[in-house]
Amino acid sequence: MDFPMFHLDWLNDRFLIAVIAILHVFINHGLAVGFIPYITWLEQKGVSMASANQITNLEWDNLVYKKMKVAFIITTTIGAMTGVGIWFSVALVSPASIGSLIRVFYWAWFIEWLVFVTEVVLILIYFLTWKNSNTSLKAKLRHINFGWYLSIFSWITMAIIVAILGFMMDPGNWNNEQTLLNGFTNPIYLPQLLFRTPTAMLVAGVFGMLLTTIFAKRGTEMRAKAIKFAGQWILAWIPLVIIGAIYYWNVMPSAMKENMATAIGSQDFAEYYNLLKYFIIGAASLSVVLAGFALLKPKKINFAYVIVPCLFVFGFLGIFERVREFIRKPYVIGNYMYSNLLREEDYPLYKRDGILKYATYTSVTEITEENKVQAGKDVFMNLCSRCHTVNPQGVNSIVYVFERMYGIGQPLDEGSMKAYIPNMHNGRTYMPPYAGNEQELDALVAYIKQIQQTGESLEGVQTAGVEVNPLNNAVEVSKRNEAKKIENDTKIAKN
Amino acid sequence: MLLQINTPVPKDLPLDLPLPEWLLVSLLVISFLLHIIFINLMVGGSIITLWAQIKGLKNKEYDVFAHEIAKTITVNKSIAVVMGVAPLLSINTLYTIYFYSANALTGFAWIMIIPLVTIAFLLTYLHKYTWSTFEHNRKLHIGIMGLAVAIFLFIPLIFLTNVNLMMFPEKWGTVKGFLSALMLPNVFPRYFEFLGACLAITGIFIVWYNGRKSYPIEEIYTNFTRNTIKKIGYSIATVGLSLQIIFGVIVLFTLPSKGISYAVIAVMTGAGLLLAYALWYSYKTVVSEGKFIDLHFKKITIAVLCFLFFYGGSRQMYRHNSLEKHQELVAAHTAEFQKLSKEAREQSLVLQQQEAATPKTDADLGKGVFNQYCAACHKKDVKLVGPPVTEMASIYQSNKADLQKWIKAPGKKRADAPQMPGFPQLSQTELEQLSEYILNIN
Repeated sequence: MDFPMFHLDWLNDRFLIAVIAILHVFINHGLAVGFIPYITWLEQKGVSMASANQITNLEWDNLVYKKMKVAFIITTTIGAMTGVGIWFSVALVSPASIGSLIRVFYWAWFIEWLVFVTEVVLILIYFLTWKNSNTSLKAKLRHINFGWYLSIFSWITMAIIVAILGFMMDPGNWNNEQTLLNGFTNPIYLPQLLFRTPTAMLVAGVFGMLLTTIFAKRGTEMRAKAIKFAGQWILAWIPLVIIGAIYYWNVMPSAMKENMATAIGSQDFAEYYNLLKYFIIGAASLSVVLAGFALLKPKKINFAYVIVPCLFVFGFLGIFERVREFIRKPYVIGNYMYSNLLREEDYPLYKRDGILKYATYTSVTEITEENKVQAGKDVFMNLCSRCHTVNPQGVNSIVYVFERMYGIGQPLDEGSMKAYIPNMHNGRTYMPPYAGNEQELDALVAYIKQIQQTGESLEGVQTAGVEVNPLNNAVEVSKRNEAKKIENDTKIAKN
Repeated sequence: MLLQINTPVPKDLPLDLPLPEWLLVSLLVISFLLHIIFINLMVGGSIITLWAQIKGLKNKEYDVFAHEIAKTITVNKSIAVVMGVAPLLSINTLYTIYFYSANALTGFAWIMIIPLVTIAFLLTYLHKYTWSTFEHNRKLHIGIMGLAVAIFLFIPLIFLTNVNLMMFPEKWGTVKGFLSALMLPNVFPRYFEFLGACLAITGIFIVWYNGRKSYPIEEIYTNFTRNTIKKIGYSIATVGLSLQIIFGVIVLFTLPSKGISYAVIAVMTGAGLLLAYALWYSYKTVVSEGKFIDLHFKKITIAVLCFLFFYGGSRQMYRHNSLEKHQELVAAHTAEFQKLSKEAREQSLVLQQQEAATPKTDADLGKGVFNQYCAACHKKDVKLVGPPVTEMASIYQSNKADLQKWIKAPGKKRADAPQMPGFPQLSQTELEQLSEYILNIN
């Protein structure tokens, strides 16, 4: 309503956030939170493996260093930039929600930032002083300690961000008490943390094994040993992964229920939810098989064996994120702001007067027969474009979702759509209720009908620019403001 | 007047700032300066590395020098990114409407920052770790750095375009994408001033970095001495400071007048004088004899650090001035809307209460349930998404229980209709009313 609408009409706006965020979670969990303790543990093994006159087993140490180098390069490039990228993309796609969250959670994010700065400084020290620390046992042990500190800090960054994430999903609390404490005490915080911690370790172990198959020479004792250790690491964490995943899986529907004020679940959620069950079973058993194989026949393990489980555990993490995102709907901030970025409290006003009157950017304010389709386009941009595309080939395109109901390729009926839209949130509980008035609904369905006929697409403001609502430009707002002041002054004068 | 018709007045988020404004502003300015110093070192370091490595094709010592600087880029860039988060948070909080609007209007370029910077970072690692690999293919190796520098030179344009555009809501209605926003006056002068700062700060950094006692110059270089390298540093700083002064003056003259005040001019002049002071001593060091190489280092460094505060301060003052009037309008508009929204909320509550108070028959109630939950997909006598109500009535004529069971947890019978969602949220009373309505549709 108040922000120019960035819009990707093919990829879908949410998809942009999803790609960046999932990549970030993979790197953060798999290559930082889980990987650093794994590497530190292996570095320590090198010291205990050393012969009497050595500080550490240099050949081993070098292998571990190489693995760390990969993690270091990836985390400080793709990892760091996707972290910033989440901010950037959310600011583009969902400015009202992230803007609201940041007003409330400024301190949480500020603390998160301080922890994050520490984490980055520690990772720089840990990696860049690695080779120099091999000169004395004291230096090496100190270096290993740095590894453990770094492990703790990367875990803390995750623990804080999970609270912030948790808060956003916590239904109701936004309206009562806007404190971060609710993030830590909300029902899915602990399950999430208990799931994410061992899963990060698992992903790190599998990824570490994959790197071993790349860096260690085939047939060597050292390679077999490294693979065995990875197997042990995976087996040690698997029980906790399973417990965490099942715990999290069990609390999901109740979180869902509370968010969707009226329904227990929707089909789409149920589909994801069932899929998740198979992913838990699949990822766990595949990892156990891989780890068992690694312990029994470490020499047989090569890249080809590890890559599939590796992709699978990353997928495991990814699908959990997808379901978590789904729980949030139809809200973006529980019971406060819908995923179309409108606040629930403003709905009565929009329903009474329509949304275009209050939109900052729209070319139409009075709907006539002539400008109806254009008005529909403005309504679409303000109400639907965060999740739906116009381009018929686009992800979750509006024509496709209607055709899926009314028949693929069938001409859409304006009357049916008009009957459906105001009620859709009752059946499809992940949809926010329609916010506009009756004329805007007419305009919206006329626009959707035209999209189906012409196959047109919708340009976002990043290319098309904005048209300023003539009711809400600087001149009009000043006039109204002045009139109000004069009115107030006369009131005071009369009294 | 024409401009004002095109000036949008959005409503602000109806949430208070988390901190007093002055504190947020201080956090913004200070954290931004920390961020920009490391950005300067990253961009300046990359330019110098590229320059030195090209010179290194003829003089091997410069290649070694380039390698030494290259090692600092990857560290400085990590700190630059992490330091950028705090000013980003603060500007988002303080100037939510302005910053996000500018981001969206230049959206494509804005999001491209992420992949582009990632690629540039990966290139700097590739460059650093392949120094000996490409020993005999120096041109390719230099090409890697050249690409990274090209990206590093482009990214600041996107940032500058955004922080510039956010100050001019009157331009939002006319801007069409990044390129048109880039062309607003004042972006390019600020950009070249920034590049000057990158060189100046990196030059000073090189002097300091190579002056550290623990840094084994003699082991690293064969011909270069500490003094040679320090002199290179001072020369770079001299070039950078000169650029800053020239473009700083141009910035002053191209700044749109709406945010300018005597105070802004005073602070900018102070900043200019500090730069001139640093430039004078930097130049004096370059032309002086070797033994005086460290004589003015402190003066130059302190002058440049003070300059940064003046620079950060004047930016914030200008931004504050240029947005002040608009922010008042935004506040008025927000208050107006809040009042209307509250009235509408109360009105709808009254309507709901009236509605609840009117007595209703069972059939009416059933129709109400139907309209709320079913009407989206079912019509009385034609197929919509699902079958018509008349058909349901004939199927379940004497079987109310099964109808209710289906509504709560439907199966799938028809190939030509999508799966119906279940409605377990309906109470038994609602189900009774609904089935009454369906079965007696005729």
